[in-house]
Amino acid sequence: MIPLLEVTDLKKHFPIRGGVLGRVTNHVYAVDGVSFDIARGETLSLVGESGCGKSTVGRAVLRLIAPTAGEVRLDGERIDNLPAAQLRRLRQRVQVVFQDPFSSLSPRQKVREIIAEPIVNFGLARGAALESRIAGLLEKVRLPRDAMDRYPHEFSGGQRQRICIARALAPDPDLIVCDEAVSALDVSVKAQIVNLLAELQDALGLALLFISHDLAIVEHLTHRVAVMYLGKIVEVADRRTLFSRAHHPYTRALLSAVPVPDPAAKRQRMILTGDVPSPIHPPSGCRFHTRCPFAFDRCRTEEPVLRRVAEGQVSACHLDVPDAPAAA
Amino acid sequence: MSTTYRQGTVAAVALPDVLPPLVRRGRTRTFLRRHPTIAAGGALIALMLAIAVFAPWLGTVDPTAIDPIHRLADPSARHWFGTDMLGRDVWSRTLYGARISLLVGFSVAFCAGAAGTLVGVAAGFIRVLDGVLMRIMDGLMSIPPILLAIALMALTRASVQNVIFAISVSEFPRVSRLVRGIVLSLREQPFVEAAVAAGTRLPRIILRHILPNTVAALLVQATYTCASAMITEAILSFIGAGTPPIIPSWGNIMAEGRALWEIKPYIVFFPAFFLSVTVLAVNLLGDGLRDALDPRLAKRL
Ligand SMILES: Nc1ncnc2c1ncn2[C@@H]1O[C@H](COP(=O)(O)OP(=O)(O)OP(=O)(O)O)[C@@H](O)[C@H]1O
Ligand code: SF4
Ligand SMILES: [Mg+2]
Repeated sequence: MIPLLEVTDLKKHFPIRGGVLGRVTNHVYAVDGVSFDIARGETLSLVGESGCGKSTVGRAVLRLIAPTAGEVRLDGERIDNLPAAQLRRLRQRVQVVFQDPFSSLSPRQKVREIIAEPIVNFGLARGAALESRIAGLLEKVRLPRDAMDRYPHEFSGGQRQRICIARALAPDPDLIVCDEAVSALDVSVKAQIVNLLAELQDALGLALLFISHDLAIVEHLTHRVAVMYLGKIVEVADRRTLFSRAHHPYTRALLSAVPVPDPAAKRQRMILTGDVPSPIHPPSGCRFHTRCPFAFDRCRTEEPVLRRVAEGQVSACHLDVPDAPAAA
Repeated sequence: MSTTYRQGTVAAVALPDVLPPLVRRGRTRTFLRRHPTIAAGGALIALMLAIAVFAPWLGTVDPTAIDPIHRLADPSARHWFGTDMLGRDVWSRTLYGARISLLVGFSVAFCAGAAGTLVGVAAGFIRVLDGVLMRIMDGLMSIPPILLAIALMALTRASVQNVIFAISVSEFPRVSRLVRGIVLSLREQPFVEAAVAAGTRLPRIILRHILPNTVAALLVQATYTCASAMITEAILSFIGAGTPPIIPSWGNIMAEGRALWEIKPYIVFFPAFFLSVTVLAVNLLGDGLRDALDPRLAKRL
């Protein structure tokens, strides 16, 4: 079956200009060969530390930026190289919810206009039908009907994020990219929004690309997880496998940073040391080798490729069993 | 995991907190009380506007009527501000002069604002134009506005329209820089990206998302442009490169009174006082608006 979204070897290199002439002196290898797919109604979470390129992947999928290389397919149709006019038609099917609920809403538009915008743009409803559609969307995100005639500044962060979700749902999309959609919210509000997203996904059969730096949040609504490090995906696994039997040392380091409910349940902790290397000069071989506790000679020269390590689990690491360093 | 999001206790509240009731009453009055500089500046400008509009009914005579017998009369009940060297009534000339100053100030603020917005938006959205346009603006801005206006006036005939044009040309690069900066930062804003993702076309993005969020800064900038244009107009007239001498403008009155400064200082004093008050009023309004509309603007302007 054709996946809803298929990303193949996606690359985005931002040029760095320097000198008086503004010549390109270098590149930020923000995303450097990323492949994944999302089925209809599925949630894929993209996790990784700040600056690893998660948002850039999301923005490339949304075609807010043009990828440097690679393919993005929606239902098998390439969208990464479409001209603007044809692209607009497809935008209806992929929507977005951003992190900051304050800057995501124009301060000078009423909620009604905000939610109506995509509906009107794609010619989906007008007049009374538009009105009832907006009311229906507000109900879906559990906001009172009289929210329509207010400005965004009259709402709290969590309520604003509901408005953003209503806007994203408005054109009946197949996929919503949630870029850190709950990261800026308080813990209790975070939970409400995560629940709302999970419910909406169940009810509407939506697919989500859920971008987050926080594995703890992801566990509650995702089907699969893709872990990114410095512009590359290092491990993809379904939720259960990833949280119980992660393979890649980086994933395991991320997991050991997640708080556990029962402090008595001792587990092996892995603390990452050192800074994330610059994406302008990524390390040779395995990009994680500068911080990996298991790194050995081969890691510094040969780049590991994603390979299947178990049912529904791929990982890019030279080790078979990452607990024990390979006898080099 | 400590928090169970789907079934846990923290997630119990599904409904959002209750919204505060909609109140939109008596907003203007509260606004003015909270921003006294806007009230003061606005009131003074309103006064000047009233003077300009109702000049014929404020005890004035024809401001260009010559009366050589009564020339250089001191202020009296008949000539409140005295008369000048041709016997023209200074009170009348000063009041009619408000028309020229306000006309020039507002017209320049509008023209420079419109041209600056156009250039700023174009530079902010069209990458290939950006470099060229901004270098031209840098070039224009490197010439002091007053010199640029003098040069432009030297090329044309003295008339109020040409004064407005010359001052607008020297003022609009500043506006275009400001608008370009705002456009560039707004373009990156998530709400603009969300609009792009929502299928909004570029012209509509500019009209509905970029411009409404530029208005506040433009308004504040317009007050500064207006004040500076009124001063430039007076300077141009004063040195004889501005409004034609037959039209009473504050600059012209001051220029004509200059020779008699030592014996009849009030001929210069009255128009100068009106000019200062008007410029002060416009600046008060601008500062008040800047603080009231958006505290973040304070850094930009
Ligand atoms: N427009 C741009 N020009 C140059 N470099 C960029 C640009 N956008 C992003 N980058 C760089 O690309 C890298 C990846 O950025 P990205 O925003 O995708 O990271 P992220 O994983 O979303 O991080 P965060 O969790 O902080 O949001 C960063 O090093 C960033 O500095
Ligand atoms: S390939 Fe080597 S450096 Fe990279 S994660 Fe595996 S063990 Fe660590
Ligand atoms: Mg990000």
